Amino acid sequence: MIAEKKEVRPESPLIFEKSLPGRRGVRPPAVADVDLAELLGAENLRPEPPELPEVDELTLVRHYTGLSRRQLGIDVTFYPLGSCTMKYNPKVHEAAVALFADLHPYQAPETAQGALQLMYELQHDLSGITGMDATTLQPAAGAHGELTGILSIRAYHHSRGQHAQRRLVLVPDSAHGSNPATASMAGYAVKEIPSGPDGEVDLEALKRELGPHVAAIMLTNPNTLGLFERKIRQIAEAAHAVGAQMYYDGANLNAIMGVARPGDMGFDVVHLNLHKTFTVPHGGGGPGSGPVGVKKHLELFLPSPQVVRDGETYALDYDRPQSIGQVKSFYGNFGALVRAYAYIRMLGQEGIQKSAALAVLNANYLKELLKEQGYRIPFDRICMHEFVAQPPEGFKTVDIAKGLLELGFHPPTVYFPLIVKEALMVEPTETETKETLQTFAAAMGEILAKGKEWLEGAPYTTPVRRLDELQANRRPKLRWEKG
Amino acid sequence: MDYTPHTSQDLETMLTRVGAKNLRDLFGDLPQDLIFPDLDLPAPLTETEMMRHLRELAAKNSSAATSFLGGGLRAHYVPAAVVPLAARAEFISAYTPYQPEASQGLLQAIFEYQTMISELTGLPVSNASLYDGSTALAEGVLLALRETGRNKVLVSQGVHPEYRKVLKTYLDAIGAQLEEIGLEAGKTPTTQVSTEVGAVVGANPNFLGALENLAPLAEAAHASGALFVAVVDALSLAVLKTPGSYGADIAVGEGQPLGNAMAFGGPHFGLMAVKENLVRQLPGRLVSETTDVDGKRGYILTLQAREQYIRRGKAKSNITTNAQLTALMGAVYLAALGSQGLKEVAARSVVNAHQLAKRLTTIPGVRQITPRPYFCEFVLELPKNPSQVRSELAKRGIHAAVPLPSEYGHNLALFAATEVHTERDLAGLEAALREVLA
Amino acid sequence: MDYPDNLKYSKSHEWVRQDGDTVAVGITDYAQDQLGDVVFVELPSVGTTVSAGDSIAVVESVKTASDIYAPVAGEVVEVNVTLGDKPELLNSSPFKEGWMFKIRPSQSGGLETLMNAAAYRQFAESQ
Repeated sequence: MIAEKKEVRPESPLIFEKSLPGRRGVRPPAVADVDLAELLGAENLRPEPPELPEVDELTLVRHYTGLSRRQLGIDVTFYPLGSCTMKYNPKVHEAAVALFADLHPYQAPETAQGALQLMYELQHDLSGITGMDATTLQPAAGAHGELTGILSIRAYHHSRGQHAQRRLVLVPDSAHGSNPATASMAGYAVKEIPSGPDGEVDLEALKRELGPHVAAIMLTNPNTLGLFERKIRQIAEAAHAVGAQMYYDGANLNAIMGVARPGDMGFDVVHLNLHKTFTVPHGGGGPGSGPVGVKKHLELFLPSPQVVRDGETYALDYDRPQSIGQVKSFYGNFGALVRAYAYIRMLGQEGIQKSAALAVLNANYLKELLKEQGYRIPFDRICMHEFVAQPPEGFKTVDIAKGLLELGFHPPTVYFPLIVKEALMVEPTETETKETLQTFAAAMGEILAKGKEWLEGAPYTTPVRRLDELQANRRPKLRWEKG
Repeated sequence: MDYTPHTSQDLETMLTRVGAKNLRDLFGDLPQDLIFPDLDLPAPLTETEMMRHLRELAAKNSSAATSFLGGGLRAHYVPAAVVPLAARAEFISAYTPYQPEASQGLLQAIFEYQTMISELTGLPVSNASLYDGSTALAEGVLLALRETGRNKVLVSQGVHPEYRKVLKTYLDAIGAQLEEIGLEAGKTPTTQVSTEVGAVVGANPNFLGALENLAPLAEAAHASGALFVAVVDALSLAVLKTPGSYGADIAVGEGQPLGNAMAFGGPHFGLMAVKENLVRQLPGRLVSETTDVDGKRGYILTLQAREQYIRRGKAKSNITTNAQLTALMGAVYLAALGSQGLKEVAARSVVNAHQLAKRLTTIPGVRQITPRPYFCEFVLELPKNPSQVRSELAKRGIHAAVPLPSEYGHNLALFAATEVHTERDLAGLEAALREVLA
Repeated sequence: MDYPDNLKYSKSHEWVRQDGDTVAVGITDYAQDQLGDVVFVELPSVGTTVSAGDSIAVVESVKTASDIYAPVAGEVVEVNVTLGDKPELLNSSPFKEGWMFKIRPSQSGGLETLMNAAAYRQFAESQ
């Protein structure tokens, strides 16, 4: 049966449409009559001011509060987005960050010793958790970390006179799109390695591609099917035997955070997503932080500066002649570093390992519950922090996602990894209760029971229903125009 | 303490259901000799203990909230409404808005942000944000090289030195050449642009704070078929000519002055706006207006085929996570101030900077390097090592005098003033500097 | 699904039509059906010299982007500028109004390696 459509789902006017000339919001300190033309030169001034919204403060507050109510986040509902690690972001982290808000990166280092100490300790802690020898905190996000890591590998090959011959980066066909995109940005050709029938990298196919022309292998472990690559040691040995470097994409580290260390498995470089594994809020798509850990032989190539300690004093070390250079202004997304530091300090080893284990338990439990509801699991064995499911024959994944929205849940990642048709990639994370998982599984069953016709029309009562994506792509309208 | 909700009863039920005896069992696919290693971490803390520890760390820093430090970031006031609104639970805890029906709040806010940035820059298309000013510059230049199919970049020395370093890292990666245009009397001379050059980059105001007329440089770029990239100070666009009006194809800049705390260098956001014809080359997310099945207005991510999760190795950039929340702070800030408020912030910063420069240049041995006209930052030559001066001032409770890299000359320091400063602050810095230099 | 007899076909789902001393290239009905609604077409510049197998154009739909390869070596002599405004022609008229570009082959021949309609039909249906 088709659900009755709500007659009124209120329109949401743009803030520009609430604007009225002469309305004032926040007022900055007064400035006496000033002739900007005299100070700045009349020829440098814009003839018309920018058309920004003119609203009073209460209208401003209601506008953004209203927008927030048209938005789902982890704080609102279960958000099992695969490979995104949507775990709870502790509120105390926001209080922690506020303690460091008013520091300028160029203030004298002796007046920022607390901040530098925090960074120094975090470099150490992240190296410990990943099994690496050195860590840079500079990259602003996971993909930025990937670029930093791959450039460090490139600099390493360069230093050994092997850059010209090593022009290829290998990635599995189940890899995140950012891996091949990063390799391209670093000037490498990319080759995809097929997955075997067990969903893991096909070791023989990989070996056929390996040789002195390969710069690196980029791997996510567990992979995007949520499966641990059991032949990881053989892969690393084969790579190292031909002089290639092993790159660990940390997007899925939450499965094994502190339980097993990429460095111990044979990886030379790892990037972390502090906004996934270490509870920095995703913020609707950022900002994040993507520290990179490396083994000793790559340390010299990490970006400049690094935080160093001399006795009781912390300092920024710019004297790094073999460094790949700088990848971001200043020292990274410090605010994200404070949150990750607070998280690690509170959890300690015990809490970190327990969190990973319970992320895995939650995923396996939910996998069982979804099987019971009729969902198919293409690679059905003990999974890690996430798993890939498929709807029953005849149902489309996009409709499952839209049906879940109608029931108030955020859907899993859809149509990824590309190697599974109609994929639903589910990552519940460790911070969800058993009851939430049960309620979600029941909802997954309920939407199937409502039938295809209902699903194809869903959602019905969300702020908007299915949107015309074709129109948005053929004739994009990318800003408001005065009507 | 951790944030897992499992009771021992839960554990038992769930383990039984998945067919495992204990948690260790779940890791049977891993090399057994490697699991559960020692991580060398300090003992866990409760929330109270952790906050106390952080307060102790924070006490070892001194606030730069009324500092005179510049160079990309400045001590502007962040109105109280900004953080509570932008960081509302629904926004801060959301992922990238891939499911539009559940993400209209953010998508509309991004659409509004794109409009605001377009208004500031005088260019029609803004993306949803990049990491920061430096990486926005690198991405802008890569865009220009893709569009022109060329492999060489000319960048003015007036561009922030750290931005140039980041640009160099990105260009080295693809084997593109970077050449610098040295400043002459504090400004960028107009130079010949050869036909190998795909991007020419200038900054207004430049790193010394001086306003530049970049139109001739943009013209020279276009004459040879290159694109012109302008690095802007977001606040200055309240009053200064837009990059769109002086011929920039691409404008990039740092968003911190718009409602973001300095936070020891990040996170902030990078802004990027471009001409219409470059939209398909643009890196990062874009939101378009559209309609839903009932004909109702809504917003959605568009032109996603440019991005890594579809285009993989041929994507326009590898960027995924951007700086959405900090860009949202920028949008809330701009809406809170409005055009008049933003102009007042800019004007008061400019006036304060000029008064400060006037005061400081009365000190013996201090000479202004930045030519007129300049915005709210300026460079002084000091009769003493600027790093020492900065430390001496800090001892007196004042943060000022960013030492300039030696490429600009000897004993140079950058000063900035903003709307937060009062007459008393300016006098205080003058007195302190007088003392330090005496 | 249409498989016009007067055309040659590649394994990457382009069709090729000999027009005097040039060849016109587009994507097949099967290809447009697989891609879904086309939203954008990136075309090569007129005057570009291409080798057989070069990726010289891109067809974007909402969720994918596909490279289009030059089936023969030669010079691009004309492109279908109408597609800039009307990319949907690739869906509505893949073999006629939706043609993409014309190449003047650098040497005669080169088309023998391509499939005829029957062979392509079999190939496409086995995908």
